[in-house]
Amino acid sequence: MCWTDEKKPRILIGMTQTIFRTADKLPLPRLSLELYEAGSGPPLLFLHPENGLRFEAPWAEDLAAHFRLIAPSHPGFGASELPRWMATVDDLAYTYLDLLKALELKDVIVVGVGFGGWVAAEIAVRSTERISGLVLANPVGIKVSDRETRDIVDIFATAQPELLRLSYHDPANGQVDASAMTEGEALTLFRNREAIALFAWSPYMHSPRLKYHLHRIDVPTLVLWGESDQLVSQSYGRAFAAAIPGARFETVPAAGHFPHVEAPRLFAERILAFSNTKRAAKGSES
Amino acid sequence: MKIYHMTEEPYPDAWSVPAESLRVTLPNKYCDPKIASDLFHRYLDEWVLCDELGINLFINEHHATATCMTSSVNVILGICARITKNVRMLCLGMPIGNRSDPVRVAEEIAIIDVISRGRLDLGFVRGVPYEVVPSNANPVRGVDRFWEAHDLIVKAMTSHDGPFSWEGEFYNYRSVNIWPRPYQQPHPPIWISANTPGSVRRIAEHAYVLGTVMTGYRAKGLFEEYRRVWRETGHTSDPLDRLCYCSFVAVGKTEEEGLRRADQVMQYLRSNAIVSDAFKNPPGYAPAVANAQAFLKTGSIGLPQDHNLYDKDGTRICLFREATVEQTMRGGLMFAGTADQVYEQIIDFYQTVGGFEHFQMMAQAGSMSHEDTCDSLRLFAKYVKPRLEEFYASRSVAA
Repeated sequence: MCWTDEKKPRILIGMTQTIFRTADKLPLPRLSLELYEAGSGPPLLFLHPENGLRFEAPWAEDLAAHFRLIAPSHPGFGASELPRWMATVDDLAYTYLDLLKALELKDVIVVGVGFGGWVAAEIAVRSTERISGLVLANPVGIKVSDRETRDIVDIFATAQPELLRLSYHDPANGQVDASAMTEGEALTLFRNREAIALFAWSPYMHSPRLKYHLHRIDVPTLVLWGESDQLVSQSYGRAFAAAIPGARFETVPAAGHFPHVEAPRLFAERILAFSNTKRAAKGSES
Repeated sequence: MKIYHMTEEPYPDAWSVPAESLRVTLPNKYCDPKIASDLFHRYLDEWVLCDELGINLFINEHHATATCMTSSVNVILGICARITKNVRMLCLGMPIGNRSDPVRVAEEIAIIDVISRGRLDLGFVRGVPYEVVPSNANPVRGVDRFWEAHDLIVKAMTSHDGPFSWEGEFYNYRSVNIWPRPYQQPHPPIWISANTPGSVRRIAEHAYVLGTVMTGYRAKGLFEEYRRVWRETGHTSDPLDRLCYCSFVAVGKTEEEGLRRADQVMQYLRSNAIVSDAFKNPPGYAPAVANAQAFLKTGSIGLPQDHNLYDKDGTRICLFREATVEQTMRGGLMFAGTADQVYEQIIDFYQTVGGFEHFQMMAQAGSMSHEDTCDSLRLFAKYVKPRLEEFYASRSVAA
């Protein structure tokens, strides 16, 4: 099956898009990952949310201005391969630990938005050997409320207009124009939809056990929260932060579930400030 | 020719409730259990009538919907196994990929087959898209789960030397050993329904009966694909006994009465698709490539499935749900009028699509009354069925 977009990717200055094969560097089952890279500076791994990776200005540019930004499409999303055996977020976490090793990265800041926040947390509870800081923006992945109260709006049971209203501060920011889409982009849209269902259909958008592992995260952590998010409540975000030792919680105004899209400049600034404080803290420790 | 009657055992009183969806989300406060009880008894009486008339039963299941009260096909089949004596009972079907416990399915099937003394036909279906919501079955890789469940159920029905273990991708069992085992050996005939030529191949490779529902003249393409794979896999005969066509039927003493009943049966088409947009095309239910192509064409993320009626020559008529009785008849999805007219219409359709042994009719839907239903079935049994059987027998000899 062909699912690679033949169209040129959205170009940012100095950006490269590669199809990264773990088999090139690691004795692993072959896996092709779509990988965007831009900028220079401390390495930053960006893990995209449930609706996939749109590597574009301004958010990517704002991050690339300060960091070496590395943004893969999760297996099954975008143009990344989905091996037949892969079925859980655990598989994604191990894939990214392999990727950090394969790229020989150290002191990486891992940033995850929404579903990407879940993936980022699953990575960090396993190993922070190559990670210096964790930023979770409107993350999902844990269970907070009782069994009869859903923490996260069921995106699989919500029609598109309502979903946009709940996800964005301004729903216009999430509008998709079918008439302007290439075949590759349309295919990506549906691959993304399928992949998120594979990983998050049930238990819905969370792992029942992740909450009990979060105490293992031993790097500075910032939980960012787009205030207008109506898919998940701010109290959920605070509960997430409270479960991670020493984690900071900061809100982002005029942004919903995808703050990197709706408040890109502020998103990058908060991450930069976090990165600097963290460095300063590390410096004073040594 | 083998004739089957089908009704979804609807609860039509709730069809007028102002709700955006008759399925998945319609609150069951709109179901009066006393009315439901009366309806079930009435439908069971109609199954018994079919038994007397020599019309086989065709029973299915749906979930969380007022369009079909039978949320467990095996419960109704279990009752019919006892209250009917003669005809075949077709389950079409069992949404095995949505059931969490396929071994339990095999156990239930075996009980029904044993009580009915081997009158069960066992149909497996993938299930309509919105039923992944009440079942919670992941729509992604649903086809793979369907076939693993199939493999497991067939093995459970055909293993007779003690327990076996199963450690598959979707199902795990440490000890499978069903009691009783099926009455029919090695197992009841298996049917699987399909709506696109792409789904036909595997059914034909297994030499299973192909069920087609709501296709109209598109059945021709499905049958041709079956015949192609059938020849490809070394068969020389015409697989008529592996092909099934299902349509609406309404017979009256006069043409006018038949058409009036047809209009009542049509309530099915008008109500069937009333379901919230969010549930119409769950992620992964259809392949991403098909979804993308449909999206670029329509701008909608609805199921990339053909909901159109076509004329005999392939010309599009209209959407199913917008069709009049006349249009539905023109699209080969409704045979209605007097017994003579219905017979002629079925024969014409039969010859257009290249023939089939199994003919299924939905002769009751919506609020169509018990009296109308029974009368339509009786007229069919008395004046249409014998002629169809004669036609089919003579055709088989000629072939």
